[in-house]
Amino acid sequence: MMTTNWFKFASPAAFYPIAGRLIPWFGRIAAALVLIGLFWGFFLTANQLGGSNPQKEYYRIIFVHVPSAWMSMWLYLVLAGWSAIGLVFNTRLSFMMAKAAAPTGALFTFLALWTGALWGRPSWGTYWDWDPRLTSELLLFFLYIGYMALHSAIDDTRRADRAAALLAIVGLVMVPVIFLSINCPDPNQCAALHQRSDPGSIHLSILIPMLTMTFGLWAYSFAAVFARLRTIILTRESDSAWVRDVIAKEATV
Amino acid sequence: MKARQKRLVLVGLALIGVAGATTLALSALQSNISYFFSPSQVMASEHPSDAVFRVGGVVVPETVARQADGLTVRFDVTDNAAVVPVSYTGILPDLFSEGQGVVAKGRIGTDGVFYAEEVLAKHDESYMPPEVADTLQTAHIDGIIEQTTESLKQ
Repeated sequence: MMTTNWFKFASPAAFYPIAGRLIPWFGRIAAALVLIGLFWGFFLTANQLGGSNPQKEYYRIIFVHVPSAWMSMWLYLVLAGWSAIGLVFNTRLSFMMAKAAAPTGALFTFLALWTGALWGRPSWGTYWDWDPRLTSELLLFFLYIGYMALHSAIDDTRRADRAAALLAIVGLVMVPVIFLSINCPDPNQCAALHQRSDPGSIHLSILIPMLTMTFGLWAYSFAAVFARLRTIILTRESDSAWVRDVIAKEATV
Repeated sequence: MKARQKRLVLVGLALIGVAGATTLALSALQSNISYFFSPSQVMASEHPSDAVFRVGGVVVPETVARQADGLTVRFDVTDNAAVVPVSYTGILPDLFSEGQGVVAKGRIGTDGVFYAEEVLAKHDESYMPPEVADTLQTAHIDGIIEQTTESLKQ
């Protein structure tokens, strides 16, 4: 059996060129999937919903809202995961990966909250309510902001990495709370405006473009996080010989 | 124990702590999720008498009546045990309809009517184009008719 030394890729010098080669591909995949997902969702789906949830045209905000909300939770898992790996194995790249993921996660959290407000106004009758899911998603946004603020408040990079990583792990509480905060046995007995969601009760013509958008935003996250990661690598390793080589090479081009 | 193993144990313990906190938070949300009063509680006078509070329940079918001024709407909210009459002046949310869940914020008048400042509707978990929803509804009704006729035969 062939064994791969995974720690080889944990070296910033080794991962810097790999990330550079992957960015354009993730960028293209993201652009294609987002265009397909949005076109499909905005133009090829029914103009309104029927049955017990008769929403009008504005239900189409689902194609931005739900994928953003999923990505906001997923990127937090990525952030906390790399933080934990960094704390245990002391690998520099893991902390850089976590730091690079935070702004994209915060962006999607903001997008989920904002599109949710615009959607909630016509359907529920309010922009904002202290519904368990809305409240916990807002706390997730504050956690992302807190992670970034704590990291930049400490001058020593290694100490900043550790402190922020610990905050990220503690904040992990929010993700299952957001995801499960709607599991109310009887919707009419609960205050939650969000209802239990079940992909089975979403028609395929709506579910498939929604998933297409999700994969598109995921690919975008890869591209954006890798681009940010490359900048962080160059900044932190600026004293090393290989970075000087890279800069010298790019200066001549 | 090597330093790396020690750190692994520490991070593992932190994750167990986080899992515990999550479980507690979720169980708290399950039991204490209602930030509104049910019509039964209002009828039992458990609500604050001189403050704004929320009433939640289902809009009783065929009670929604628009008043003469064209803006005020009267309807009954129930939890299948008690009924509270609600009066609201303003634009109702799109998803407000008879038989659906609703949360109203306001205060109760001396006449026993709940004067709402805000009415929120809830959405449903189903996302279906109208024609599919209609087909499902027909299939559902057909299923009920079939079940009933079969149970009658027995």
